Amino acid sequence: MPANMAPSSAEILRFLPEIILAVMGTFIMVLDPLVRGKSPKIFGHISILAMLAAIGASIFAYTNPGPAFSGMLMVDGFATFFRVLVLGVGILAVLSSYRFLDRERADTGEYHALILFSLVGQCVMVTANELIMIFIGLEISSIATYVLAGYLRDDKRANEAALKYFLLGSFATAFLLYGVAIIYGITGTTNLSAIRAVLSNTTTAPAGAVVGAAVALMFVGLAFKVSGAPFQIWAPDVYQGAPTPVTAFMSAGPKAAAFAVFLRIFMTAFETVGTGWEPLVWVSALLSMTIGNFAALVQQNIKRMLAYSSIAHAGYVLVALAARSEIGTAAAMFYLAAYAMMNVGAFAVVAHLSGKGERRLSLNDFAGLGVKQPLTAALLTIFLLSFIGVPLTGGFFGKFYIFKAALQSNLVWLTVLGLLNSAVAAYYYLRILVVMYMHEPGEATLAVEPLSFGLSAALILPAIGTFVLGIFPSALLQFADKSSIFGR
Amino acid sequence: MTDHLLSIVLCTPLVGLLVLLVIPSENRSLLRIWANVAAFAGFLVSLPLVFRFNSSASGFQFVERADWIPSLGVHYAIGIDGISLLLVMLSTVIGLIAVLCSWVSVETRVKGYYAMFLLLQVGIIGVFVSLDAFLFYVFWELVLIPMYFIIGLWGGPRRLYAAIKFFLFTLVGSVLMLLGLLALYYLHLQQFGYYSFEISELMKLNLPLATQQWIFWALFFGFAVKVPMFPLHTWLPDAHVEAPTGGSVVLASVMLKMGTYGFMRFSLPLLPQASADRMIVQIIAVLSIIAILYGALVSLVQQDWKKLVAYSSVSHMGFCTLGIFALNANGLVGSVIQQVSHGITTGLLFLLVGMVYERRHTREIGNFGGLAQVMPKFAVAFAIAMFASAGLPLLSGFVGEFTILQGAFQANRTWAVWAVFGVVLAAAYLLWLYQRTMLGKITHDENRLLRDLSWREGAVLLPLIAWTFWIGIYPKPYFDILAKPVAEIVARTHK
Repeated sequence: MPANMAPSSAEILRFLPEIILAVMGTFIMVLDPLVRGKSPKIFGHISILAMLAAIGASIFAYTNPGPAFSGMLMVDGFATFFRVLVLGVGILAVLSSYRFLDRERADTGEYHALILFSLVGQCVMVTANELIMIFIGLEISSIATYVLAGYLRDDKRANEAALKYFLLGSFATAFLLYGVAIIYGITGTTNLSAIRAVLSNTTTAPAGAVVGAAVALMFVGLAFKVSGAPFQIWAPDVYQGAPTPVTAFMSAGPKAAAFAVFLRIFMTAFETVGTGWEPLVWVSALLSMTIGNFAALVQQNIKRMLAYSSIAHAGYVLVALAARSEIGTAAAMFYLAAYAMMNVGAFAVVAHLSGKGERRLSLNDFAGLGVKQPLTAALLTIFLLSFIGVPLTGGFFGKFYIFKAALQSNLVWLTVLGLLNSAVAAYYYLRILVVMYMHEPGEATLAVEPLSFGLSAALILPAIGTFVLGIFPSALLQFADKSSIFGR
Repeated sequence: MTDHLLSIVLCTPLVGLLVLLVIPSENRSLLRIWANVAAFAGFLVSLPLVFRFNSSASGFQFVERADWIPSLGVHYAIGIDGISLLLVMLSTVIGLIAVLCSWVSVETRVKGYYAMFLLLQVGIIGVFVSLDAFLFYVFWELVLIPMYFIIGLWGGPRRLYAAIKFFLFTLVGSVLMLLGLLALYYLHLQQFGYYSFEISELMKLNLPLATQQWIFWALFFGFAVKVPMFPLHTWLPDAHVEAPTGGSVVLASVMLKMGTYGFMRFSLPLLPQASADRMIVQIIAVLSIIAILYGALVSLVQQDWKKLVAYSSVSHMGFCTLGIFALNANGLVGSVIQQVSHGITTGLLFLLVGMVYERRHTREIGNFGGLAQVMPKFAVAFAIAMFASAGLPLLSGFVGEFTILQGAFQANRTWAVWAVFGVVLAAAYLLWLYQRTMLGKITHDENRLLRDLSWREGAVLLPLIAWTFWIGIYPKPYFDILAKPVAEIVARTHK
């Protein structure tokens, strides 16, 4: 350890995105009592600017990649990819919340500050190269998200969602922490590269059973965070209860960050014991896809349906993890980017349609949207087709890339079952299309207001992104390929 | 060839679609005119393909190649041989006719309807010209979306059920097909050390029989659902009956050929040993013969005019798959000609049913009778379509089916014997249909006032009628065009 503990300027630069977000989040909190009620939109503008600045800082930091703070953080392509991804999700979530917050008369600085704090946590998670930092990042992100889930204080469901999320989330974090403790006990370090070195050295490697226990415990904690089966039970209730823009945010951002952690821990520290954890991930992937897709088939509430679909999509990403290869990692990265876009877009449509108090959330409330608002319907169609995995959308390439990776790692059965699963999934996405285009407009669609500017942006940007990823995936694929080798 | 002719053929409907999207949806007549212009332009630009095609050259022509996703070895590679040439021409002709026949029949959401047709056209042509398996898959799936909406939005009373069934059947088939293609792609990486989806690259693969068999079955599901082969055909009657006339025409005339084309372009050349495997050939031949006979028998008992035509497709497509898996020149050539012929005749039959439906709003065969007296022109057109479909000499159906039977006879006499029954039954159900609807006394008074064909309807039917006569009377150009590509496929499977 170097004697000089003061961080160098290069290290500060590598941490700049988190600094910007934390400072701006605090600034919003301070500003809140001063301007409350006068110009509520200002908070949204500030947070979007903060996130844009953080994206700029992330990209700038990548011009000089490397570790920071004695190897606790690692700014590499992987971290930069996920930083930009979660910040992008944050921007889209804020864009889709303007109208929502106005409608619910809940436009305070608090909301935006919480989003920024949650993003601080996520950015720390994706850059952390050390278990304690990962834990801290996870907690920062989770606690802010728990509060966001219960943001509408007078809403019973939101309260239930927040409490459930908090209790189960804490429980899962405890599992993770247990795993961290055991790992520290047997290897004497929390640094991922150092753990890897200890585990791969056959002479000093600790007993397999203990390592197994630690890996399994951490797997439980992380599987909970990504809503992978059998730890997915919380997801439908929480996603349904939370305010829709928050659901959009947390089903994409924190999930992507948690997957980043998952990939980084399992593909660096635990890579050498991969044959041990592969069956765990295999089973979890299959269960997530199957439970998610089959449960979604029978949902009537659109948010619950999307929640189950999100479980299924976590399953696809787990398939990529089960492939245990750099191609698998790259595939997971690509998929998460594509998924973030379609998911935020789809939830933004739900937020748009649900109306005051979020009363209109049944599938039938989409009836005739294609006639009443052709643009909204067309955009939702793009997201749904991407969910199904129709070519020329990002979702297709993501799936293609994942199953290619799985096949390359000889996971033939997982590939077959995953592909069949994606055919099952088509049914419930098609149901939305059917209702939207082939039914007469109902009460909900007749009452729907025109698209606001923020919402249009929150819909059109991901739609463009979905097509770009589907038609010109090369640039992102190459970046993901390059970044799938972690900085060690 | 550097003049991008094939890309132009592929992109013309797309350009038409983009222009269509900016036309305001209130201006229906402009939308109609533009869609027809675009479809006609699509046909015109495809004509030079015929004139400039060199049937004595082997391999692909009009080849264009560019990188698409270099890191995955995916190329924009297109080109055609004799088989694809015929199917591309069939697509552009049928596409034009399907758009033309919708002039008055579609009243709601006109813009969306034509947009879907033009998109469909891009997908279909793309399937027939792709020389890269990935590109092929993209177009294959692209076809699904517009057809789903065409059935679901402009279809008959049970359209929702039919549309979803169609989508899910095809999707399950195509994910399995994707699995097969991925397996080939991965094995190619193993054997050659680099990624490629190009068919010419995949042909270099040298695979053990067991591997080939697995991949064959994976691809089989994708193609067989589309053909459709017994017992995967159950989506077809629903989709065909519920779809609007234009949709049924494209579905039956062109889209079913995507499946048989898949067998000829992928299964046979890429998996030659599996395709010639005794077991597999037997299974497919038996399934084809079941399709021929079952389709014909079910057609015989149909009360619904359109459903009868739909089931007759199952029977006729059975001939096509039987011809392919006879694995000899006659079988394959006959199969392609039968595919074109079926495209023409079934297109005609669906168009004619649609015309009657527009007048009477019923398709119950029992509601008709003696129509020849009130609609003489219609009766003549229907007679030609029926005889062509039944395989009467001098019409296209005869050439195709006869050549297939020749091929089947060479491969296995028993198959030929069974298949001949299909021809007999086809004559039976078609003639009986004709007799019940056209001949005899006018049994329902509503039918006395039916208009005969208008000039627009005549214009829709005439090109197809002319084409069926051309193939029937002078099929030599077709045999010439097909000789080379078919010989290449046969040579591969007999190695």
